[in-house]
Amino acid sequence: MDGTLMPQADIAPLVEIEDLTVRFTSREATVSAVNGVSFSVKPGEVLCILGESGSGKSVTLRAMMRLLPEKRTTITGRITIAGQDVLGLNARDLRALRGGLVSMIFQEPMTALDPVYTVGEQIIETLRKHRNMSREGARARALDLFELVKIPSPERRLDSYPHELSGGLRQRAMIAMALSCGPRLLLADEPTTALDATVQIQVLILLRRLQRELGMGTIFVTHDLGVASEIADRIAVMYAGRIVEEGPVADILANPRHPYTQGLMASTVHGQHRDADIQAIPGSPPDLRRMPAGCSFGPRCPTSQPRCREAFPPISHPSADRMVRCFREGEEAKASF
Amino acid sequence: MFAIILRRLIYAIPIALGVSVVCFSLVYLAPGDPLQTILPADASADTIAFIKHEYGFDRPIPVQFFFWLTRVLQGDFGMSIATRRPVVDEVLGSLSNTAVLATIAVPLAFLIGYSLGVIAGCFPGGWLDKLVTGSAVMGVSLPNYWVGIVLVIIFSVEMMALPATGMGPNGSTAFSLFRWADLQYLILPAITLALVPVGILARSTRASLAEIRNQDFVTTLRAKGLGEGAIVRHMLKNAMPPVLAVMGLQFGYLMGGSILVETVFTWPGSGFVLSKAIINRDIPVLQGSILMLAMIFVATNLVVDLLQAAIDPRIRRA
Ligand SMILES: Nc1ncnc2c1ncn2[C@@H]1O[C@H](COP(=O)(O)OP(=O)(O)OP(=O)(O)O)[C@@H](O)[C@H]1O
Ligand SMILES: [Mg+2]
Repeated sequence: MDGTLMPQADIAPLVEIEDLTVRFTSREATVSAVNGVSFSVKPGEVLCILGESGSGKSVTLRAMMRLLPEKRTTITGRITIAGQDVLGLNARDLRALRGGLVSMIFQEPMTALDPVYTVGEQIIETLRKHRNMSREGARARALDLFELVKIPSPERRLDSYPHELSGGLRQRAMIAMALSCGPRLLLADEPTTALDATVQIQVLILLRRLQRELGMGTIFVTHDLGVASEIADRIAVMYAGRIVEEGPVADILANPRHPYTQGLMASTVHGQHRDADIQAIPGSPPDLRRMPAGCSFGPRCPTSQPRCREAFPPISHPSADRMVRCFREGEEAKASF
Repeated sequence: MFAIILRRLIYAIPIALGVSVVCFSLVYLAPGDPLQTILPADASADTIAFIKHEYGFDRPIPVQFFFWLTRVLQGDFGMSIATRRPVVDEVLGSLSNTAVLATIAVPLAFLIGYSLGVIAGCFPGGWLDKLVTGSAVMGVSLPNYWVGIVLVIIFSVEMMALPATGMGPNGSTAFSLFRWADLQYLILPAITLALVPVGILARSTRASLAEIRNQDFVTTLRAKGLGEGAIVRHMLKNAMPPVLAVMGLQFGYLMGGSILVETVFTWPGSGFVLSKAIINRDIPVLQGSILMLAMIFVATNLVVDLLQAAIDPRIRRA
């Protein structure tokens, strides 16, 4: 994205996450899905969380809205959104935050909408919950939203049920619902993954336009580096529940520092298939029930050293706004992918 | 919606026809010759042939069926072999007695069963859930005639609070739901009869809700900032179609009358009449009762289908 849209460095962050950990306990095992994640998002900024399946992207997003099953989940660390301590909110304030200050778009627009209510009813319900609106006022606003997300014949579509819409329209309706109450933060969990390639691009373009017009801070989860490079201001690369590299999108694309990021790039940017990206790295991620002591990428890393098995690498800053967690950092060794 | 109603009505016709074929075949499926019950054991071959001709048994079966069906459609099921009364009177009388029982048993069963299921489904894994699920299993597995007898022992014999059997001093024809003298006869059989449907409905409502709870859209509802009450309302609407199907089946079951329960309470309902007809090999009464009950089932299914379609737009399309 061009430089004029980059937020100023002195603006207070919209989101601040410090040392977030999420564990799921069941009778059989404890799954460490997120293991000490910290990042921040400024107002109007787009952060892409990139990582392969199971790396903890969705869990991180859900933790930010406290959508994980309370009984079986242990969350530690701090989550601050617009000055609110999310983990400390009471039930009432949490409901006001959900859908009001923060909205979420999901991967599967088919299953994420209630099948027995029209999409219009579902948007109107959200509006009436957060804004003291009359039914008519809410419907008029829902219609505006449908026009905003470019749904053809919006009046008629408001009265459609989810199954009557195509995947792309359904996701647009989902976006309209997410935007209905003017959130300052949008959480998008792979919103284009379930769509056809052409529809995928349309929805992506729509999201980018709306994000800029409305100036929402956005966290966009994807495992597609191509998508990330289209929409992101900054990229955070996640591996086995940790962020291993973070920085401005252009810098990371031009000069990836972590061997995992390099692996992703080697298989995407020069490669022909966008979707064949992550599989190209040999091996598979660690078992989240028994995390290894050292670097979690170590077993798959082409430049692994003995010390990589002893402790997780500390944070290093190759430049002011970049972060990498690798022992190799500063030693200028290049991985040979 | 009108088109759906029409379509479902048309679907119901072949089902009704199929059921009537089965009822008609009862005469031939039942062991022994249908004439045997009418004729004296020592009837001559000529007499048998004469009667056969008179009753039309010598005509081709499809022709017989056609004549039978035209008569049935006019409300003529013939005469009861045992009582010599018109079958229609017998069947309608017993059905209305069972219906009286059902007017209490059905709302009782549906209200309690559904509420218990909702409570259990809202707190899956909690102690309320375990309590409800446990009681539901008990309700389903305790033999209801035994429960009926126990209730009679407690409330009629020991406490002498409620009558044990029959339909009251005024008999079945003058029975009124609005007169305590009659109504009190209804209470024990209605409770006994409701027991199994309560258990089944509680369990299926709970199962339906538990399945809905894990669906993605519930997370969306939560992410929209809705409170638990509103979320449960969404879940209940989604859980309703399968619950309605169970309610329909249970309604049919209650209208059929439980032979055992009606026997325990000597309630002259359809179960009672049906069991008598079986013992007496009273084929016309059997035919009439089964056909009527089957039609009630078909009609109930139709209503369930339409209600489901009204709730779930995806069913409307199919
Ligand atoms: N409710 C839960 N209970 C137990 N384990 C869970 C739960 N939710 C997620 N997990 C586990 O946490 C890990 C991280 O899951 P997560 O959904 O965040 O992955 P992801 O990065 O979003 O992957 P994907 O690209 O497939 O969506 C996985 O191993 C998953 O099995
Ligand atoms: Mg995910």
